[in-house]
Amino acid sequence: MAGLATLHPSSRAVARGWSDLTIRNVFIIPTILFLIIFNVFPLIYSLGYSFTDFRASVNEPVKFIGLANYRELLSDPRIWNNFWVTAKYVMVSVFGQMVIGFGLALLLNRSIPAKGLITTLLMLPMMMSAAVVGLFWRLLYDPSWGPLNYVLGIGDFAWLSNADAALYAVALTDIWMWAPFVMLLSLAGLSAVPQHLYEAAAIDRAGTWYTFSRITLPLVAPLLLIALIFRTMEAFKTFDIAYILSTQPTTELVSIKLYKFAFQEWQTGKSCALAYIVLIMVLAITNIYVKYLNKAKER
Amino acid sequence: MAVVTSARKRVMNRMAIAAIMVIAIIFLSPLYWIGSTAFKPRSLATTVPPTVFFQPEITPFIKLFTKRVQLTKPVDPAVYEAAPWYEKRIYDGGERILRVGPNIQLSQYPNRFLNSLIIAIVSTALAVSMGTITAYGFSRFKMPGEADWLFFILSTRMLPPIVVAIPMYLMYRTVGLNDSHLGLIILYTAFNLSFSVWLMKGFMDEIPKEYEEAALVDGYTRMQSFFKIVLPEAVTGIAATSVFCFITAWNEYAFALIMTNRRAQTTPPFIPSQVGSGLIDWTVIAAGTLLFIIPVAVFTFLLRKHLLRGVTFGAIRK
Repeated sequence: MAGLATLHPSSRAVARGWSDLTIRNVFIIPTILFLIIFNVFPLIYSLGYSFTDFRASVNEPVKFIGLANYRELLSDPRIWNNFWVTAKYVMVSVFGQMVIGFGLALLLNRSIPAKGLITTLLMLPMMMSAAVVGLFWRLLYDPSWGPLNYVLGIGDFAWLSNADAALYAVALTDIWMWAPFVMLLSLAGLSAVPQHLYEAAAIDRAGTWYTFSRITLPLVAPLLLIALIFRTMEAFKTFDIAYILSTQPTTELVSIKLYKFAFQEWQTGKSCALAYIVLIMVLAITNIYVKYLNKAKER
Repeated sequence: MAVVTSARKRVMNRMAIAAIMVIAIIFLSPLYWIGSTAFKPRSLATTVPPTVFFQPEITPFIKLFTKRVQLTKPVDPAVYEAAPWYEKRIYDGGERILRVGPNIQLSQYPNRFLNSLIIAIVSTALAVSMGTITAYGFSRFKMPGEADWLFFILSTRMLPPIVVAIPMYLMYRTVGLNDSHLGLIILYTAFNLSFSVWLMKGFMDEIPKEYEEAALVDGYTRMQSFFKIVLPEAVTGIAATSVFCFITAWNEYAFALIMTNRRAQTTPPFIPSQVGSGLIDWTVIAAGTLLFIIPVAVFTFLLRKHLLRGVTFGAIRK
């Protein structure tokens, strides 16, 4: 520090070093380049492949087939079924997370002994690896000796190999993991509701439901919306938890189909085309999500 | 009137607290189950009704770290007596530890755990250091199309892993990065970089510009004021961001499943792959899982004040 103070004024231009413009470029451009090289470039690469019949497992010349992959995919009822399974999964699991998460937040939004500890403990599932969570829920769901069936007293019901139940079992595990996420955002919203609004409502003898629907809900809504969009996007992309939990065709989410196309059936070209269909959908949701994030930021 | 309301409120409050306690116990019971299974004798892991109370033992962890085979005939009493305590536990379970000469053969678990550590630490260091300077750049300087660039950066995080993995797998195959530590480190750095930029930008925006301006007046260069004023102020943010990036890389499954199979395989694809091999010993799986999730649990407690910020990419700070 002392050295800096004694700098000769005429040497300042040199000592001032890089201009702000240079610093900005040096700080920002490498990151953008890195992301372009490792995210955008691969996507361009796969866009190219999506117009071919390329199979990565064989050494055959690659043929350009135009939009045939897309046409084939979009007219394949099995692919539509994958999307339908995914939609069902997204609805069940996100709905469950929203209801349970918001409910938990309403219960927690008061002075409770060891509230911080309880909140943090409830947060643990969402910080864990979905693959590992999926694996030990297999133990819980086991039909013959799993503790879940024992506690519920439903004998040897095979959650994960039952075509109808498997998707709900996967969604239940996902709800267990991610309801705390909704709870966290809801709690932030609830604690930001000004207390005087409740006092005013009490003076006006407003009912519990009226207070809830006219004060609590509108003020928490922006954060709930963010939770809803984010969880919808994540649930749409779900791979690991469903892949590990069940092999039932009724749990074959789009990303699992994508994985099978690409790395089990080695239909590389076709998988790239499906990847693009998924990608466009995800980017659309991301766009909406960022819009609401920025809105929440401005508040 | 007021008295009636407050009495009713108190009852409601008590009921809410009771409900929370019950729900918390139900919520945490799967975690208790995995934790307790890791200390059960194998015979008690899959009983009907499920075993809740038992004499905990350390045997599953010994099994987790060693390579074993079934005993074909009862072990020689003299050998049994000469064996160290941990080996006796294995003999008791009807198995023996494999040896190469006098040395115990380790299982693959410690190696996979080490892979996870190396890959998560290096990719976190890269993502956070790049993210920090980029966040500073976005926070302090005007940039044409700033919002679009930030959206671009965030959108790379939102890409479904499998979508990115298909072309990356092909490119890695060409340059020989499949099943290498470097390959996964690059992928995880790219994946965490956008998150790190967004989260750090939130932290940078909170550091008053006046601090640097004062330093500039005092004759610091921009760079000096960045390193000597801004970085020390941002330490909490850097720590929180690092922990988030570490957890993400530590937990990641899809990329690791696709890109690695032996040499650079991390723990998340390794543990499930053990289930497929023969008779499942759930106590060993549980022990491996428990060791794997302990760091995450510790970090979650350290991070508890920053969780909200982390899960919303720095947008909501409370």
